Amino acid sequence: MSETATIQGSPEGVEGLVEDWASDKQTYNVPWGKAMMWIFLVSDTFIFTCFLTGYLNVRLTTTEPWPLQTEIFALTLFGQSIPLVLIAIMTFILITSSGSMALAVNFGYRRDKQKTFILMLITALLGLSFVGMQAFEWTKLIVDEGIRPWSNPYGAAQFGSVFFMVTGFHGLHVTGGVIYLLVVANKVRKGHYEKKGYEIVEIAGLYWHFVDLVWVFIFAFFYLL
Amino acid sequence: MSSEAGQQHPLGIYYKIWILLFVLSGFSYAVDYFHVEGGLRWFLVITFMFLKAGFITAIFMHVVWERLALVLTILVPPVALLFLIGFMTIEGNYTEGTRYQYRGDDPTLTPLSPSDFHGGGHGEEAAH
Repeated sequence: MSETATIQGSPEGVEGLVEDWASDKQTYNVPWGKAMMWIFLVSDTFIFTCFLTGYLNVRLTTTEPWPLQTEIFALTLFGQSIPLVLIAIMTFILITSSGSMALAVNFGYRRDKQKTFILMLITALLGLSFVGMQAFEWTKLIVDEGIRPWSNPYGAAQFGSVFFMVTGFHGLHVTGGVIYLLVVANKVRKGHYEKKGYEIVEIAGLYWHFVDLVWVFIFAFFYLL
Repeated sequence: MSSEAGQQHPLGIYYKIWILLFVLSGFSYAVDYFHVEGGLRWFLVITFMFLKAGFITAIFMHVVWERLALVLTILVPPVALLFLIGFMTIEGNYTEGTRYQYRGDDPTLTPLSPSDFHGGGHGEEAAH
């Protein structure tokens, strides 16, 4: 059950690669759940990149001016308009949650049930607050700024469609991740993995880090560029 | 120890990468805050983006510690996506050109901003 990156007596690097594929054995030296999660994440990378490439294409081809993101996403705090402040907070929340998840994985492998549970719970709560802020952001855009998937008052209509589709799909991933984390965290608390091993925490962690990874690209392409 | 218990590494490296991600996000935000524009903006934002993505994948997702067979399975297929992005950029530029050339669309239009609608001062009405 607890295979690792280093196999006793097997070479590293390219030689190890050849041996892993050529020997009559299981190729990937990881638990099957982890290999499957990676394959899912690679396919999810393709979905998100197709969305982002679609965004690139409509933004390039439209002859209408593209709305000024920094002004649309500005938030007025203390009577001052601060560009992108909500997005910055959301970014920091997601990074914080990624860090707490990495620690949860580590404490899981140390078989520290209590700390793993608490850290996963913190991660899920941070994820939940991220979704809450996204709901607030969407409300502001739809109600106050009049942005719709089919039109907006500032420029190219495509802005609304790609924005809502991509951030919505990401938000769905976060929501799903929160539920997934809570389910696994509850099982950790009950001691479900004491015998089976804590690989499942690392697998859930992979998914959560991926959600953070996608946000890194959305943050750059939708808000900053 | 590590040969028994999966991906286990000292906590220190996670704290370091965590802080690094905060700093890099701060830098990306600073690019916007200080109104860096044009080519330099693209260069900085994309550099910070790839650095963040790299550290998350390598350290938080443990890719740097995996065997090469798994690492290549994860990193090679997305290379196809770079071709997609490249082709769509060429295609997009061509489509845009034909729209200006044959449909007579105006290339000098500028976008409106929320302050054009909420009256006067920059974002002063946006608070509600």
